Amino acid sequence: MADEKDRQEIIVAEFHKKIKEAFEVFDHESNNTVDVREIGTIIRSLGCCPTEGELHDLIAEVEEEEPTGYIRFEKFLPVMTEILLERKYRPIPEDVLLRAFEVLDSAKRGFLTKDELIKYMTEEGEPFSQEEMEEMLSAAIDPESNSINYKDYITMMVIDEN
Amino acid sequence: MGSGTSTQHHFAFQNAERAFKAAALIQRWYRRYVARLEMRRRCTWSIFQSIEYAGQQDQVKLHDFFSYLMDHFIPSSHNDRDFLTRIFTEDRFAQDSEMEKCSDYESIEVPDSYTGPRLSFPLLPDHATALIEAFRLKQQLHARYVLNLLYETKKHLVQLPNINRVSTCYSEEITVCGDLHGQLDDLIFIFYKNGLPSPERSYVFNGDFVDRGKDSVEILMILFAFMLVYPKEFHLNRGNHEDHMVNLRYGFTKEVMNKYKIHGKEILRTLQDVFCWLPLATLIDEKVLILHGGVSDITDLELLDKIERSKIVSTMRCKTRQKSEKQMEEKRKANQKSSAQGPIPWFLPESRSLPSSPLRLGSYKAQKTSRSSSIPCGGSLDGRELSRQVRSSVELELERCRQQAGLLVTGEKEEPSRSASEADSEAGELRKPTQEEWRQVVDILWSDPMAQEGCKANTIRGGGCFFGPDVTQQLLQKYNLQFLIRSHECKPEGYEFCHNRKVLTIFSASNYYEVGSNRGAYVKLGPALTPHIVQYQANKVTHTLTMRQRISRVEESALRALREKLFAHSSDLLSEFKKHDADKVGLITLSDWAAAVESVLHLGLPWRMLRPQLVNSSADNMLEYKSWLKNLAKEQLSHENVQSSLLETLYRNRSNLETIFRIIDSDHSGFISLDEFRQTWKLFSSHMNIDITDDCICDLARSIDFNKDGHIDINEFLEAFRLVEKSWPEGDSSECPQATNAKDSGCSSPGAR
Repeated sequence: MADEKDRQEIIVAEFHKKIKEAFEVFDHESNNTVDVREIGTIIRSLGCCPTEGELHDLIAEVEEEEPTGYIRFEKFLPVMTEILLERKYRPIPEDVLLRAFEVLDSAKRGFLTKDELIKYMTEEGEPFSQEEMEEMLSAAIDPESNSINYKDYITMMVIDEN
Repeated sequence: MGSGTSTQHHFAFQNAERAFKAAALIQRWYRRYVARLEMRRRCTWSIFQSIEYAGQQDQVKLHDFFSYLMDHFIPSSHNDRDFLTRIFTEDRFAQDSEMEKCSDYESIEVPDSYTGPRLSFPLLPDHATALIEAFRLKQQLHARYVLNLLYETKKHLVQLPNINRVSTCYSEEITVCGDLHGQLDDLIFIFYKNGLPSPERSYVFNGDFVDRGKDSVEILMILFAFMLVYPKEFHLNRGNHEDHMVNLRYGFTKEVMNKYKIHGKEILRTLQDVFCWLPLATLIDEKVLILHGGVSDITDLELLDKIERSKIVSTMRCKTRQKSEKQMEEKRKANQKSSAQGPIPWFLPESRSLPSSPLRLGSYKAQKTSRSSSIPCGGSLDGRELSRQVRSSVELELERCRQQAGLLVTGEKEEPSRSASEADSEAGELRKPTQEEWRQVVDILWSDPMAQEGCKANTIRGGGCFFGPDVTQQLLQKYNLQFLIRSHECKPEGYEFCHNRKVLTIFSASNYYEVGSNRGAYVKLGPALTPHIVQYQANKVTHTLTMRQRISRVEESALRALREKLFAHSSDLLSEFKKHDADKVGLITLSDWAAAVESVLHLGLPWRMLRPQLVNSSADNMLEYKSWLKNLAKEQLSHENVQSSLLETLYRNRSNLETIFRIIDSDHSGFISLDEFRQTWKLFSSHMNIDITDDCICDLARSIDFNKDGHIDINEFLEAFRLVEKSWPEGDSSECPQATNAKDSGCSSPGAR
């Protein structure tokens, strides 16, 4: 249908503008390239939530044949548009996140100790760097109890985002 | 048991797997959270920078305005002429003012009740340290000592070369600091953390000591004091803010007048002298060049070494347009006939090779080759020379000029001969820099590095250039240098390397935009000249905040500034929105909103990313733009009796307004007459294409005159603005954006057109 096609075009056009905006925030040299290390930030700020592994694959897709350390907009745009159209790497709903914490909290206390959090985050899954760990701790850990009440934590973070 | 063990193993394995997955999920979620924070941080930074630079462009526009006046405005009456004469001239520092100054401070009596620091000369280290302590305790140095110190400072500066040469042999370390911008806390912190200046501890302060922050005076006092105490070890470079013209706009002039009500004027005049005698650069071990802004492809250190740097009182100059060859010839003939003229305007029109404003780019290189000669003021400032030309009102004149292809002025207006009083470099003028000298200094005070190769005009600042890594390399090679240290730009971490680590930007004003916005830094150079950076943030509060909280605070501040700007352009936004609403349903898409806002504000910001913070409610991707504008106004408007469109206009231009005020108020009394204000505003708004009728201007002037005595108290007026900013309108705002106003005297464009 002509209508359907029009609507699709409009949606794609809007995606293009969004992607361009996000890209330009990191295009410091104003030459339509960004440092490859910022691609993760760009993709995530556009609403996607890939794993580190998925991110690496994406980067491989948009990199040059001979990696230069920079990603060009021309290569990034179609890939990112596709991702948005297919609604890939959806963000994690609050309740799923809560359940993940509960899994780690096997004793069902409602909290994790600082050491436990550190252990899980730096040894399991796709481990945090030290910087990431410290940053998370600074906001998450209640200094008096030295633990994280994950339910409160999630609530706080979610409000903050919105 | 066998099966039990395997089940246990199975469960254990499952549990491990679940834990792994759970952890991965949490990490994945957290990384996205951090990414979004980072994006917000960058957007916030963009907001501040774009508003800051837009402000700087305004400054340039303001100067273009005055230069336009000089070129095109022919006073139609005695009053106009006198008025202009008064605005555009000032007593130059003739040599006799030296005598004035000498006796000036000596005659100032310091009352016994004064408990602040007392200085005696020659200064001792204790005096300098005492100053720091006194200022820390919020004491103020008496005007007499201020003037005395400035006088001694100038005596010292005059002996210094343009490029200070420093060696690391004598002191163990050299510390280089960047912009301080009146932030005393940062200076105190640096001395606390790094140690006070001493024969073993050298310092270089790389310009921009004043403006924006609230303690510029105190910073200057401390820096000058240490310079007098340790002349071999303590060095200052001039920055683009060590300039009385820039100070008019960015707060230093105001600070001085507020702190020194009686002697402020004199202090400012003396400072003009001191600023232009500040050295332009510092060279360490002939290897590391330190200057405030940057370099350009024509930077010539030998030339810079030789010029008379004090000739360049201000780097803000009016720029004139290219005129036809014929006119230039005629003018030159006219100049030869002219005799000595009246007072000299404080900016001296000269044709120059740089584009005249950020908005009129032209070709940088092409204009370099144009013939340069001095262009005299279009308006004659001496009564006798008033011409036989047809006099028309200001608007007509400007209108005609605007129509004439923008830039070139045709012959009909400018007739040959006469015009004795033309500021001309040949005509026995006071010391004036040549074009080349001028250019050299502007370049090193205003330029910024860029990533791309080449060298192009710095259209953001309106002066200097953007220089690429090749320009840096070329310069370093030519003079056998190792690297450059410069300042001039705020950086989130307080410093930044670029051009293959050959250029180091160092910025020492932490929390520059807002508490938590950035760190400050200084750099220490050891004998090997390897840089060692120290960062800080001179506000204890920020340490206790998490990254998230820090970003939120700064962000909120940026958004507030942004909303203010949006409000200031309400009328334009409304008409732009209407263009997207062909069916007049009162709705536009969010995409259209973003496009419209950018086309009005020209800030180059990522509007789609910012939208959630700026637009509260939108059903179904559509925005009711009228109520959005109304809500904006609600936040900003107060119930003062001013037409909302006027208020908007004032808002938008209030920095310009203030600058104009201070320029008109040449004796720094704090008062200007209604008439002066009216005339200047009329000219200004014509030039800036602000749509306001004569009546509105009169109304505006009268409404600003709070006590109806025919004079406007600048500070009172600006105070009213601050009150407007702070207040939240109570009660209804049903007439928003139109304020209730009896004076509906047919002014153009009430809020909702």
